[in-house]
Amino acid sequence: MSDEFTLKVWRGDKSGGQEVEYHVPAETGMVVLDALHHIQHNQAPDLAVRWNCKAAHCGSCGAEVNGQPKLLCKTRMDDYAGETVSVRPMQTFPVIKDLVTDVSWNYQVAKEIPLLEPTSPAPFKMQQIDADRVQEFHRCIECFLCQDTCHVLRNHEGQQKYFGPRFMAKIAEFEMHPMDGEDRIPLLAHQAGLNMCNVTKCCTEVCPQHIRITDNAIIPLKERVADRYYDPIKILLRRLGGKKGEPGKANTPVAN
Amino acid sequence: MAHETYETHEYDIIVIGAGGSGLRAAVEASQVPGLKVAVITKSLLGKAHTVMAEGGVAASFGNLDAPDGWETHFYDTMRSGHFINNYRMAEIFAKEAPDRVLELESWGAVFDRTQEGRIMQRPFGAHSFRRLCHIGDHTGLELIRTMQYKAIHSGIDVFQEVTMTKLLVHNGRVAGAFGYFREDGRFVLFRARAVVLATGGWGKIFKVTSNSWESTGDGAALAFRAGANLMDMEMVQFHPTGMVWPPGVRGILVTEGVRGEGGLLYNSEGERFMQKYDPERMELSSRDVVARSIFKEAQAGRGTPHGGAWLDISHKGPEYVKAKLPGMYEQFLTLADLDITKERFEVAPTCHYTMGGLRVDPETCATNLPGLFAAGEVACGLHGANRLGGNSLSDLLVFGRRAGMGASEYVNGGDGFAPIDDSELQQEMDRVLEPFHREDGVNPYHVHERLQEIMTNHAGIMRSGPVLEEGLNKLLELKEEARNMGINGSRIYNPGWHAVFDVENMILLCEGIIRSALERKESRGAHWRTDFPDELPEWQKINFVESYDEGKIRIRTEPVNEMPENLAKLFTYGKAPGLAKQAGGKES
Ligand SMILES: Cc1cc2nc3c(=O)[nH]c(=O)nc-3n(C[C@H](O)[C@H](O)[C@H](O)COP(=O)(O)OP(=O)(O)OC[C@H]3O[C@@H](n4cnc5c(N)ncnc54)[C@H](O)[C@@H]3O)c2cc1C
Ligand code: SF4
Ligand code: SF4
Ligand code: FES
Repeated sequence: MSDEFTLKVWRGDKSGGQEVEYHVPAETGMVVLDALHHIQHNQAPDLAVRWNCKAAHCGSCGAEVNGQPKLLCKTRMDDYAGETVSVRPMQTFPVIKDLVTDVSWNYQVAKEIPLLEPTSPAPFKMQQIDADRVQEFHRCIECFLCQDTCHVLRNHEGQQKYFGPRFMAKIAEFEMHPMDGEDRIPLLAHQAGLNMCNVTKCCTEVCPQHIRITDNAIIPLKERVADRYYDPIKILLRRLGGKKGEPGKANTPVAN
Repeated sequence: MAHETYETHEYDIIVIGAGGSGLRAAVEASQVPGLKVAVITKSLLGKAHTVMAEGGVAASFGNLDAPDGWETHFYDTMRSGHFINNYRMAEIFAKEAPDRVLELESWGAVFDRTQEGRIMQRPFGAHSFRRLCHIGDHTGLELIRTMQYKAIHSGIDVFQEVTMTKLLVHNGRVAGAFGYFREDGRFVLFRARAVVLATGGWGKIFKVTSNSWESTGDGAALAFRAGANLMDMEMVQFHPTGMVWPPGVRGILVTEGVRGEGGLLYNSEGERFMQKYDPERMELSSRDVVARSIFKEAQAGRGTPHGGAWLDISHKGPEYVKAKLPGMYEQFLTLADLDITKERFEVAPTCHYTMGGLRVDPETCATNLPGLFAAGEVACGLHGANRLGGNSLSDLLVFGRRAGMGASEYVNGGDGFAPIDDSELQQEMDRVLEPFHREDGVNPYHVHERLQEIMTNHAGIMRSGPVLEEGLNKLLELKEEARNMGINGSRIYNPGWHAVFDVENMILLCEGIIRSALERKESRGAHWRTDFPDELPEWQKINFVESYDEGKIRIRTEPVNEMPENLAKLFTYGKAPGLAKQAGGKES
C-alpha cells in the first residue's frame, strides 16, 4: 500500500467551484472524514464539511464518494486502494460551501407529518414483536442519503410533489405503531405524494442504517393507500365501522 | 473597521442548545400560552451530541426488579457521586425520571420490551437494579429524534447552525445573546427575557474523547464571562471503554451496555482483573473505578498491544449480541474489521463527560445571574464526583423540563426586554472578525491539539500537584499565544474561523479545571491525585465554586448542603434501600 492517499475534493460555493487535489499521509483504518480533517487541519482550514459523531450515529456527514452517496465517517479510504478518491457534496440539495449542502427542505417536510396520537396514555403494553416492526425505522439517522439518491427528488419540481423515502419511513414509524390512532393515509395519498415512488429501491441500497425503506415502509404504505382508495370491499367495511378501515392496523413486514 | 450590521430577533425565551435538555426545556416553555420560544443550535437539528448516547436512560420503574424505586436510584446516584452532589437535585431527579421517560413513550419513542410488554431495563455500572430503559444501543438517537419532532410541532422556532459568541447582560440581568450564522457569517442578535443554556459539556479538551466537535463548553464559558458561577470543575469523567485501534477511531465509545449485557474485561495475562479492584461489582463497578483499573493494569505492563484491556462479549452468541448491541457490532465491523460476536477487542479509557458546570438552583435551574437558566451537561450538581451511566439522559429530561418551567415563571413574573448596548455589539463583531485580519496568525486547530496535549499530560485520569502546576503554566503560555489565532478564507461556512471561538472557550474552562484540581487535595470519584490518594471526609463537605472577575478566575469553597433526616436514613441500612427492603421482606 502506498503511504499516501490522493483525494479530489469539490471546493466552491453557490457561485461555482471545482475539484482540488490533496495528498494525505495514509493511516491504518482511516475513513474519508479522517482524510478531510487532515486536510482541514493542515492544508485548508476553511474546508467545509459537516460532522458530529464520527461514528455513524448522527447522520451529519453525507456526501458523494466516487459518485456514491456515503457517510464520510463510515467509508474507509482503503476501500479505494490505489484510486484517487473524489468527494463531492450531495447533488440533490443546493450547495452552501464545499461538502456542505442546504438540507433545510427536509426540515420543512418533517413539520408536515402528524405525530403519534396515542389511543391510550403511557405506560403502553406492547410486545417486542410489535415494537420490532417499527423499531427498524427508528434507526434512521436522518443523513438524507436516501433523499439524495431518489430520482424523484433530484429536481425542485419533484420536491414539491413527494416527501421522499426518509419521510415514508417516518410516516410508517407512526402508522405502524400499535398505539397510534392518527390517520395519515389521506396525507400519503395526496400531499406526501407516495404515488410518485416507482419502487426502484435505490433508497434502500444506500441507507447506511440498512433500513428496508422500500419493502418495509413504502410498499406496505402503498397497500394501505390502495386499500383505502381503490378496494371497494374495504371501503364498504370502513363505512360500516373501523376507524382506519384496516382491522388492527395489521401489516406484513418483509423479513430478509 | 467597516461598520457591521446584524439582524435582530425577539423572543420571550431563547434556549441555546438542541440536545435532549434544550429541546425538553423548549417544549416545556412552549406549553405556556403566548410565550414565544426559540431554540438555537450550532449544528443541524437532531445532530447534537445527545444523538450519540447508546446505553440507555435510567429510571427506577422496577419493571424487572420490583424492589427498585426512587430511593434506591437516589442512593446509587449520591454514592457514585461520592456525596458532593446536590442532594436535592438527586432527589428530584430520582423521583421524576420515570414520568419523563413515559412522556417520551407517549410522544413516540419505542423502547425495547419485557415479556409482559413493559419497557425493558438493562443493568449498568453501579446501579443496584436493572434500570436503563433502552432501544438497542441507540437510546440517544431515540431520545433526540422524539424530542426533535415534538419540538417542531410545538410552535418553537429553530435556528440551526448558529453559533452564540456572547451572552448579553444589562444591569446584572440577562438581555439576550449574540452570535453568527455559520452558513454565511452574518451576525445575529437574539433579544430575550430569559435564556436557557443547554450547550452540553467540554469533552473536546482531551484528544482521546468520545465527544463530538460541539463539546467545547461554549455555554459554560459564555455564562462564566457574563458572571455566572461554575462548580466542581475538577470533575471530568473518563469512560472506561473507548475504542483503541485503529488510530482514527481512538476514543470512540464502546457503550457500557456491552458490560451491562455480560461483557467481561481481561488483562494481557487473561486475568479478570476487576476481581482485584471491586470483587463485588466486577465489570459493573462505577466508571471511575473501572477506568482507573484499566489504566493501572496497563501501567503495570499487563495492557493489550495498544495499551488497554480486552473486552469480550462473544460468549453471548451472535444472535444476542446483534439484537442487543447492533450499533457496536456494526461499528467494529466497519471501522476496525473486527467481529465482536467472535472476537474480543481492545478498550481503554476515553474522556466522556464533564460533571462540573454552571451552579444552578435544583427546583428551577436558575443560575446566579437573573434570567439565566441551565440544564443538561452544562449544569452542575446532580452527578457530584462521578456520573452514573444512564443518568445523563434522564437528567436532560428532568432538568430540561424544570429549566423550561423556571424560565417561563421568571418571564411571566418579570419585566420586558432589557436594553441592548449597540457599542457592545460593535465591539463583539470586531472581536469575532479579528482572526481574519491577523497576519501570520496561529492555526486554531494546532492550538486545539496543543491544548489537548496539555490536558492529557497534566490534568487527565491521573493527577498530582506538581504536574498540575506545570500544566497550568503551559496553559497560560498557550493562552497568550492563542490571542493570535488567525484564519484565511471567507465568512461563508468557514470551520477554521469557527474553531477560534471553540478553542478560546475551552482554554478558559481548562484553566478552571486545573485550578480546581489543584485545590482539591484528595482523591474523590473521577478526581484521582497520586499525591493525595485517599478520599478524605473533610473534603466531602465542600464544593469548589469559581467566578470570573476582570479576566481572573476566583475560586472559593461552598458547603455541600446536608441531607435532611429522611434522606440521610437511606444510607444507614448497610446496603441499597431496595435491597434492604427486599431482605427485610424475606425475613418477615
Ligand atoms: C458516545 C456517548 C454515549 C453516551 N451514552 C449515554 C447513555 O447511554 N446514557 C446517558 O445517560 N448518557 C450518555 N451519554 C452522555 C449524554 O449523551 C450527554 O451528556 C448528553 O446528551 C448531553 O446533552 P445536552 O442536552 O446537555 O447537550 P448536547 O446534546 O451536548 O447538546 C448541546 C447543544 O448545544 C448547542 N451548542 C453548543 N454550543 C453552542 C453555541 N455556542 N451556540 C449555539 N449552540 C450551541 C449544540 O449545537 C447542541 O445543540 C453519552 C455520551 C456520549 C458522548
Ligand atoms: S424506491 Fe421510491 S423512494 Fe426509493 S429511490 Fe426509488 S422512487 Fe425514490
Ligand atoms: S432512511 Fe436511511 S438513508 Fe434515509 S435518512 Fe434515514 S438513515 Fe439516512
Ligand atoms: S459524523 Fe455522524 S454520521 Fe458521520
